[in-house]
Formats: sequence, structure tokens, C-alpha cells
Amino acid sequence: MYHKYDAIVVGAGGAGLMAAMVMSGSANVAVLSKLYPTRSHTGTAQGGIGAALGNLEEDHWEWHMFDTVKGGDYLADQAAVEVMCQEAIDTVYDLEHMGLPFSRLEDGRIAQRFFGGHTKDYGKAPVHRSCYAADRTGHMILQTLYQQCIKNQVHFFNEFHVLDLLIEDGVCLGVVALEIGTGEIHTFHAKAVLFATGGYGRVYKITSNALTFTGDGVAISYRRGIPFEDPEFFQFHPTGIYKMGILITEAARGEGGVLRNRTGERFMERYTPTLKDLAPRDIVSRAIYTEVREGRGIDGKDYVYLDLTGLPPGAVHEKLPDITDFVHTYLGLDPTKQPIPIQPTAHYAMGGIPTDVDGRVVVDDQNTPMPGFYAAGECACVSVHGANRLGTNSLVDIIVFGRRAGRQILGFLKESELMPLPEGADAAARAEIARLLESSGPEKVADIRRELQEQMEVNASVMRDAAGLKAMRAIIPELRARYLRISLQDTGVRYNTDLTEAIELGYLLDVADAIVAGALAREESRGAHYREDFPKRDDGRFLVHTLAWKDVGGVRLGYKPVSITRFQPQERKY
Amino acid sequence: MDVSLRILRFDPERDKEPHFAEYTAEVEPTDRVLDALNYVKWYGDGTVTYRRSCAHGVCGSDAMRINGRNRLACKVLVKDVSQPITLEPLLGFKVLKDLLVDMDPFFALYASVKPYLITSTPPPEKERLQSPEERERFDDTTKCILCAACTGACPPFWSNPQFVGPAALVNAHRFIFDSRDEGAPERLEILGERDGVFRCRTVFNCTESCPRDIQITRAIQQIKRLILYNRV
Repeated sequence: MYHKYDAIVVGAGGAGLMAAMVMSGSANVAVLSKLYPTRSHTGTAQGGIGAALGNLEEDHWEWHMFDTVKGGDYLADQAAVEVMCQEAIDTVYDLEHMGLPFSRLEDGRIAQRFFGGHTKDYGKAPVHRSCYAADRTGHMILQTLYQQCIKNQVHFFNEFHVLDLLIEDGVCLGVVALEIGTGEIHTFHAKAVLFATGGYGRVYKITSNALTFTGDGVAISYRRGIPFEDPEFFQFHPTGIYKMGILITEAARGEGGVLRNRTGERFMERYTPTLKDLAPRDIVSRAIYTEVREGRGIDGKDYVYLDLTGLPPGAVHEKLPDITDFVHTYLGLDPTKQPIPIQPTAHYAMGGIPTDVDGRVVVDDQNTPMPGFYAAGECACVSVHGANRLGTNSLVDIIVFGRRAGRQILGFLKESELMPLPEGADAAARAEIARLLESSGPEKVADIRRELQEQMEVNASVMRDAAGLKAMRAIIPELRARYLRISLQDTGVRYNTDLTEAIELGYLLDVADAIVAGALAREESRGAHYREDFPKRDDGRFLVHTLAWKDVGGVRLGYKPVSITRFQPQERKY
Repeated sequence: MDVSLRILRFDPERDKEPHFAEYTAEVEPTDRVLDALNYVKWYGDGTVTYRRSCAHGVCGSDAMRINGRNRLACKVLVKDVSQPITLEPLLGFKVLKDLLVDMDPFFALYASVKPYLITSTPPPEKERLQSPEERERFDDTTKCILCAACTGACPPFWSNPQFVGPAALVNAHRFIFDSRDEGAPERLEILGERDGVFRCRTVFNCTESCPRDIQITRAIQQIKRLILYNRV
């Protein structure tokens, strides 16, 4: 089926809904989501959205900017970070005006709390910067934006799975998507396409990410010749529930929780004496790995404790109610009385589809935009997070850059013509679906996916080295070969989730390929990318963004410079 | 350990009637029912169909009947339910395939109560002020994840699919009792109609089935009292 719109938004999380809301009323816009919008992963964000409102103490966006740049180990583009931290303040008020139920201070203003890596006066001490709604800030952002989209009568195509991006002569013309409910393939022809498709934590075994977080948009763009920026930078959140990976917000430490090893020692005091447990996530995750490796994990195993027993029980129930519920549900523990077993969990992709500060996708090392193609949110790499994202900044990112992309697209629609769509634009997508449905080999999607996730966990996660990465580089082609020999048990057309899982595995394989190639080539340690064989940061060689192109038989790498404006790279200490 | 499951299967492309099929999953006692279901799909029968996403009780995708009660499959542990674990789709909604039901009518009911902040006064430059006490007034109903466990457990909804149902009422409550909102009169008018809040018979099934522990029946009663007596 053929559809024509001014603009198509793919993905209905915070970035997609924000952009759709901005455009609604001024343009004919549709939002495609492979879920119902309220299922989007934005809803799982817990701790808060960072903005220098200064409601409890002096704060400035420049301090927020410094923290973000330093937190990202100087790989973030500073011009973009400046935009984000300035606009964060206004966007938080914007959300409040839309009805977001922030937690409040006694005087009625928005409450704020501590969060990892957020400091006052360029690193002197922690600062209250995270604006929150209990520990379900992302849930409230997602709900509020969806509500505004209902109010503005935004048109949704729910449970449409995107398959392909249409590009002709360097111009983006639309997308092809599978209607999950009917099996029908739809072509959406539009002047502008915004990808807001989220991340790809499901490439790892232990992850906080939804089962549906499979890198769809990033992989599709990569397959269509657009580079994948900084794929090797993937954040592991220090506090995932042991074995399950379910996120325990950093706000638990912001409110006073501490990490302890088997001896009961608050070990972060040794690693980061100033910020202690509130150091950035990459540092805390590595500290946990180090404790475990040196035999100080609980019972000698691969986890440590997050201890909230020192907090007033009332504060835990009031400020961390969902966490209390998770810990009770999944572990049978009362966090006010017992410590929580935790381990690092794959959490956030700093890399993604390269964009400028207006959401325009840029396709080379000269930052040349592709007309009609936009990206925002976790699938995009602006880059505001550099080598490691600070807590709260993902929500800032989706709101600020979702809004900017929406505004930019409105301008673009006025000055551009809808280019004709060539015949058979959906042929590639149809062929791939037919191949998956007809393939009749001995392999199972679940086996290949499990192997990929387990091997990525071992070879390309918190601690990396050349041997592991080379091993992984050899494993992926084997998995790809097996992927060509799968067979599906469900060959029907209606709600064929056997098929959609197979499609998603294809995306994960592409994403993994780029992660490993980027990580192997980057012979230094920076932010979340830690090479045991190259433990130091190397600004001489690697103060650059990676660009990974999909090439015949592999990955081709290039690099582009980092924008450095206010803050010269320094050694990163906390 | 091996866990036995009974899943109510129905594929309108193939089946005339729903039927139960039995499966075995190899999972840990501390795993979720969703993990057992995933095991069946991934290593047993790939045609078993259901929705899922976040897998920890936040996105609201996997509400279903588990041993007769509406629960989220990702928020119930295998060790806490008796075997065979019987999985059936939510009642009150059209079954599209196996455990997956048509959610479009549910979201249309949600939209019908105007679930968004309505104000006529222009916002201040910074935030609108709201005291912690005013914020607390509607805290419980902000927790709703629109999973439909409550609406799918509601006898008045089973007999009358026009009834807005508990989930929409929870979300109406979330705005009616928000001190910043000025849309209560128009919402209360909708809720006072034939298929509005008074279809509720105070059965408490909604409250019992809510995976977020929202005191749904209480919220609904507060709306009723507001309409009847202009008090809560």
C-alpha cells in the first residue's frame, strides 16, 4: 500500500513524539511505531532529566556543559553540548507546561536531585540538577508527550515495523514498513523522514534494554550507505539487577545509596575520592569489574551490593517507589533492610546515525547533510554524549533534539519539493521478507541471537582487548552465514512475530559488526570504551569520531574531528 | 527446572475455535513467566504469539490471564504460580492471535476522556507552582502504564464495551485532581454520561489486577463523588 505524507517519524519514544508534536498542525505527519507508542523504551527511564534550573542551589548551564564534556571524556562535540545544556532549561519548563507531574519542592517548584557526574563549579562537588518525577521520569515524559499528540491529533501507524529507507540520488524519499497485524508491506513517500528508533542494547546478554531495542533505524541507515558514528562507545550502567540486567536508577545513589564489596567496603572511595559513588557510569562499572576480578565480589561471584539500608525508609518509599517494587518483585528483597545484588548492564548507545544539532543526518567527514533524512534520540549521534553519557542526559537529548529536528523539518518542508518515487521502491524489502519466510535451513533465530549476545558480552563489553575483539570479528561472519540458513516456524501473515524477531536479528548482526570494528581500531581507552591493552587515552591519535561504513564483506572505517570550543581536554579525574 | 505451560491458542488464519496447547520450558524458579513464554517461542514453537517489550513491568505490553488472573507476564515469577501455568488472552477484547488482543478500542476509550492537561491561562515563564501536597493528590494515578489488566478484568466492561472502563477513568482522575488542570468540567461531563463512571459497580477487580498497585476503585469513587456531591 502506498501512502504520501509531508513527514514520517519512525519511532514513538520521547524524540519521535516530541518532533511529531512540534510538527502537528503545521504539516501532514504520521508516526510509525513497531509498538504502541506508550510501550516505547523512553518509559523505562527512571532518575530524571538534567537541567540547570538552580532550584535548590546555584547552577549554570555552563557547569552542565562542562560536566557533559568531561563525562564524555572530551569526545562530545562541544558546540552541540552547548546547545543541549542551554535549551535543557527551557525544555524542562516546556514539559511542565504540557502537564508533566514533576516531584515538587515545598515552595512548589520542580524538585531536583544529585546524579552521577553532575557537579557545581566545574567539578568541585555534586549539584542538585536532575529534575524528576519520583523514579519514573521517563514514564511521565512518554505519557505526557503521547497525551499531547492525542490532543494535537497526530496520526499513528501502530505496530508497523520499519524495513527500509528509500534514498534516490542522495535524497531521502520515504520508508518501507511491514504492518505486523496483516503482513502487508507499505511504502511511505515523504519529503522528510525522521528516525527516532532508539538503541541496540539487545546486542549484549545482560542489558537493561527492552527486547525490542534492536538497532533497527541505525542498521537500516547503515545498510543504505550512511556511516554509523562512534559504534564502539556503548555504556554499561553499573547497577543492573544481578543476572536480569533490570535497571536500578543512579538516583538510588543520588539519594545516598552506596556500593559495597564482599568485605562491606564502600569501594568507590578508593577509585573516585571526590564524587565516590556518584562518579560517571563508565568509571563505576569498571570499578565493579575490578572488584570482582580481584576477588571482592559477593561470595566471590560476579556481583556487588547496592546498599540503601542507610537511607531513611520513608525517603526510599517516597523517592524510589518503583525501584522498591522491582527489588521486591524480582529478588524478594526489601531494599530498606537488605542490600541489592547488582552488576553492570548494557544500557545506552552513545553512537548512532550522525547528525548535526538540527537533526539533519550528515553522511561524511565534512558533515554534509542528506536532504530529507533526520535522526534524533538514542539512534542519533549528534554527538552530545561523546565516549560516555551522563545520567539524565538521555532525556535531555530526546527532548531538545526531538524538538529541534521537528522545527528544522517544518522549515525544510516549506522550501522543498516531493521528489518522485521510482518504480519498485519496496522491492528490496519485499525480497528480504520473502527470503526469511522461505528460508528452510536448520538454524534457529534464537540460537544465533543467544550466541551473538553471549559472545559480545565476553569479547566486546566493559573490558576489551585485541584478542577478544579479533575473536568476535571472526565469530560474526559465522553467525551471518548461519542467519542465511534459518527457518521460521511461523510462515503466516498475521502478527508473525517469529518473522519480526528474525528481522531484528539481522539488524543486531550489522550493529555488532560495526561495534567490533570500531573498538578494534580504537587503540586507546576513552569513556565507555576501555582497552586493557591500551589503558590510556590517546588524544594524539584518537581525539576523533569514528565513522563506520558498511562495505562489501565488512566494515570500512573513517574518522572526523571533534568540535572543541570552551573546554580543552584534560585528564579525567573525579 | 522444567515448567509446564498451557497456552490458549487461536490463529484466525487456521483455527475455527481456540484450543489449549501444552508446552514445557526450561527456566529458573526465579525467572519470569515471560521468560518461560519466550523459551517456548524461541526453542519450542515459534508460532506462539504475544506482545512484550521492556520485560520489567513498565511498558505494559504483556498483560494476560495467568492462571485466571490478569497479570503482566514479566512481573510474575515462575516460582510464585502453580503449574501448569495457564496463559490466556485478556477478556473483553477481540483476540487477534493467541495471547494478543486488539488494543485499538482500549486506546480509543483512553483518548475519549481527554487525557491531557487542559488550561486556559497562559503558562508562566518558568514552572507552574504546585505544592507537594497538591502533587500527592494524584500521584497514584500517574503510575498507570495502560496495560489494560484492569479494564480486561471489569465485568461491566465485559458486558458493555462502550463503557470507558477503569484504565480511562484512572487517567481522567490523574488530570481532574491535578491542581494545574482546568478541564475538569468537560471531563466530568463526559464521565457523567451513560457509558461513563456510573457503569462502575465497585467490583474491585480492577484494583486487584493492577500490576502497579493503583487504588483504582478508590480513584473511580472519587470521580463519582465529585460528580454527585462536588466533593471527594
